[in-house]
Amino acid sequence: MSSLGDREVRLTIGQKLWDINWGLVLLLTIVASVGFIMLYSVANGSLDPWARVQMIRFAAGIVLMFFVALIDIRVWMRYSYLIYGIGLLLLVGVEFKGTVGMGAQRWIDLGFFRLQPSEVVKIALVLALARYFHGRQLEDVSRPHYLLVPLLLVAVPVVLVLRQPDLGTAILLALGSGALFLLAGVRLWMFGAVLAAIVAAVPLAWQFLRPYQQDRILTFLNPERDPLGAGYHIMQSKIAFGAGGITGKGYMLGTQSHLNFLPEKQTDFIFTMLAEEFGLVGGLALLGIYLLILAYGYAIAFRSRNQFGRLVALGISTTFFLYVFINIAMVMGLVPVVGVPLPMISFGGTAMMALLIGYGLVISVFIHRDVEIPRRSGGGLP
Amino acid sequence: MRQRDTGRYKAFSRRAFLLGGGKLALMSTLVGRMYYLQVVEADQYAMLADENRINIRLLAPPRGRILDRFGNEVASNRQNYQVVLIPEQTNGVGQTLDKLATLVPVDEDDYTRVLRDVKRKRSFVPIPVVEHLSWDEFARVNANIPDLPGVQLEVGETRDYPFGENLAHIVGYVGAVSEKDLTDDPLLELPGFRIGKSGVERIYDLDLRGKAGNSRVEVNAYGRVIRELTRKDGQPGNDLVLTIDVSLQEYVTKRLADESAAVTVMDIHTGDVLAMASTPAFDPNAFNVGLSHAYWKELNTNKKKPLISKTIAGQYPPGSTFKMIVALAAMEAGVAGPDYKVHCNGRHKVGNHTFHCWKRGGHGWVDMVQSIQKSCDVYFYDIARKTGINRIAAMAERFGLGAPTGIDLPNERAGLVPTKEWKQALRGSPWQQGDTVNIGIGQGYLLLTPLQMAVMAARIANGGFAVTPRLTRRIDEEVKPAESMNLSTAAMKVVKRGMDNVVNHRRGTAYAARIKEEDMAMAGKTGSVQVRRISKAERRTRVRKNEEKPWEERDHAMFVAYAPLDAPRYAISVVVEHGGGGSKAAAPIARDVLIETQKRDPARQEPISTSQFQGLRKREG
Repeated sequence: MSSLGDREVRLTIGQKLWDINWGLVLLLTIVASVGFIMLYSVANGSLDPWARVQMIRFAAGIVLMFFVALIDIRVWMRYSYLIYGIGLLLLVGVEFKGTVGMGAQRWIDLGFFRLQPSEVVKIALVLALARYFHGRQLEDVSRPHYLLVPLLLVAVPVVLVLRQPDLGTAILLALGSGALFLLAGVRLWMFGAVLAAIVAAVPLAWQFLRPYQQDRILTFLNPERDPLGAGYHIMQSKIAFGAGGITGKGYMLGTQSHLNFLPEKQTDFIFTMLAEEFGLVGGLALLGIYLLILAYGYAIAFRSRNQFGRLVALGISTTFFLYVFINIAMVMGLVPVVGVPLPMISFGGTAMMALLIGYGLVISVFIHRDVEIPRRSGGGLP
Repeated sequence: MRQRDTGRYKAFSRRAFLLGGGKLALMSTLVGRMYYLQVVEADQYAMLADENRINIRLLAPPRGRILDRFGNEVASNRQNYQVVLIPEQTNGVGQTLDKLATLVPVDEDDYTRVLRDVKRKRSFVPIPVVEHLSWDEFARVNANIPDLPGVQLEVGETRDYPFGENLAHIVGYVGAVSEKDLTDDPLLELPGFRIGKSGVERIYDLDLRGKAGNSRVEVNAYGRVIRELTRKDGQPGNDLVLTIDVSLQEYVTKRLADESAAVTVMDIHTGDVLAMASTPAFDPNAFNVGLSHAYWKELNTNKKKPLISKTIAGQYPPGSTFKMIVALAAMEAGVAGPDYKVHCNGRHKVGNHTFHCWKRGGHGWVDMVQSIQKSCDVYFYDIARKTGINRIAAMAERFGLGAPTGIDLPNERAGLVPTKEWKQALRGSPWQQGDTVNIGIGQGYLLLTPLQMAVMAARIANGGFAVTPRLTRRIDEEVKPAESMNLSTAAMKVVKRGMDNVVNHRRGTAYAARIKEEDMAMAGKTGSVQVRRISKAERRTRVRKNEEKPWEERDHAMFVAYAPLDAPRYAISVVVEHGGGGSKAAAPIARDVLIETQKRDPARQEPISTSQFQGLRKREG
């Protein structure tokens, strides 16, 4: 059981640094910089109150990312369940001690930092599921009694997040986990069955949604329903897109944004502002960068010689993709407004930290790509 | 081990491609949506974005001035000094108001209104505190501006009527736009915009109003103005020139003093109304700056009805001033020539009803000229019956009676010239001989406005030409000679002779009020109209003198006249409500006004050129 490969037994710090995907780091920095530029514009040409803080967070996040990347992937595998447990504890903690913001309990005030446990859980859930599926044979994965544990792993945080209530994160967690189930090899018909079950459960679930959530969905289905209330945001966002046209209105010249017709533009609607000021060209360029970042995730996953690493790399990438897709689809009126930030760009500390830590893990997968981890191993170091 | 992991790797790869394909598909929908919003629908959304941010503000053009015939301003735009307050810039609204109150009068109502508006409006919206400040007050606030953060001084425009009550019924006044005034002119929806509400201000409102300008401003989502994008100044309203001589007008108003009266002076050739006064009047400035409750109540309860222009909206039986029309009708019908004589013993019987002459003992034998000179009622009872009501009515209509004269003022009334058909239709009873007898002395159903009486006098004075009155002078207008009414020159001579004698003959009813300066001498006709019928009991004992009756029961005094005698130019009508006898109450006023008129002689003075003014359009309806 200890027939480990030759190359990977011990990597020096120097080798590890050499192996870091500097291209990926560069892409992440570019996206973050787009964020700084947009936040500077949101503040009408000022570093305060958003851009400066975001830069400091990014700097701290990048350091943290390297730190995470350099730690052996097997260590991360060993502590996966522990991290997941801590994540759950924080989620429960937020139930009791959380600070109410925007009508929901979402963060814990640590004094220097407002921690959003739901962001921690996004990473922790990927780790826990990756570790679980790493230990299962392909033939076993689809057996009901083997599926019970991972389903519970998903269900507990999803229910806790829904109670906050944070529908956006809950959907993100569920879809991200679904991707891991798919990658682990769970039979496709099972996904079909779950999908059918969800459709059947929609009328029932509707009862459990908060009025404002119901409102958002109704308004999404028919924005003219309430043009001055909930539909206003989406309407104004679409107007901003259209007004931007192909080449945009010019940096800091977006009228929809700067005259405040556009809401929440430092957070959820920041892509709209980018589209207004830099047009279709700017929007597509950013999408292109996101696509490259996603491609890196795939490349790394295919290079990894262990199932845990592969699942972690694509799990994180998929979470990242879901952020991008849901946010942009939301501001363009394709899906209801659920409050998902644009990764690396929207103003917000925990989300950025979580993503950078996530990509730290992806880089760690790459650095330790040749490590072979036995299926039954708990991830211990040799 | 490796083998097994290879299996997993293969499965993973297949699934990864599946997932990746799904992601690419979703990404494509984003690109498609972006293309749709930013290329396909771009124009529509760009327009909506502009609609969001661009507000069009109307700029009110300055209202045209109103001038008298010599160019004196009778309605102008005065600067309105205002103090406004921007709540977000103050250190507390209450405190600022307290400070302001030490400088300018800020009453309790202002306090409550401002504090209420502060709550209702966004904090950057200026709220008016006080307006119509004097220059001194304005300067005082201005000096203290550094201590009054959030307080701003503004200079608006307000209508000013320097002659106040003198011209109230002619010029009218402006007031706030009401629901029924709304047309498609966007100016009317401008807060604080004023339009003409009465008088010339109303009838020529469209000309005076001008065209709106606009300013396109960029606003943010809260309505705060960021900057002005473009500005197009409006087109100022046209100035308007009246036919009125404001000095004469002032003289007339002053001469009427406290009487409830109406006087019209007009040019008998052009129809120019030179003075037209209805007293008491009101202060049009008060309507513009906001009427006090007490003043409004006073205006509405005053029994002399200051709000009504008696010259065009008051309708009175003309009394004996109508006798010229009866005489002309009789002569034209051939029922009575100039030499036709009637013996007046003070009574005239029709059936079993007796009509009395105003002179108890009667006038004895009178001919046509004497009948006018002495105003013998019995003579006119007689010729009226012989002429018949419809021929009298036809003559009255030729003189413009019984229909609006068409003067450029709103709310002119038509008066009433009754006919047999009229009585049958409206009263449902046949015309009686007695009705004709009453019309013969200008009483009964007959009603004229004082303006119509002036027109009647003018048409007699100018020898029978259908002159019509006018209040405004149009651009380079050639005065069209009035059409002839085809009256017999001989008959006109008789009537004019009668009117001459009324004033200038020792036995004339208005001899006491004659003009002694020969070149200004006037001819006229008195009239006294009973407001209450004289009872039989009174006839038996003694008819009360006017001075003994309460004001409301006294006779209306009438007088129509023209001057100068030889080459007439001016005609006048005077109606003094409950003034008593025409010779005593009305004729002296006519005398004084005609003397003043002839001294000033406005018709022969060079008026202000109207070529600089645009053509005029009357407001419809």
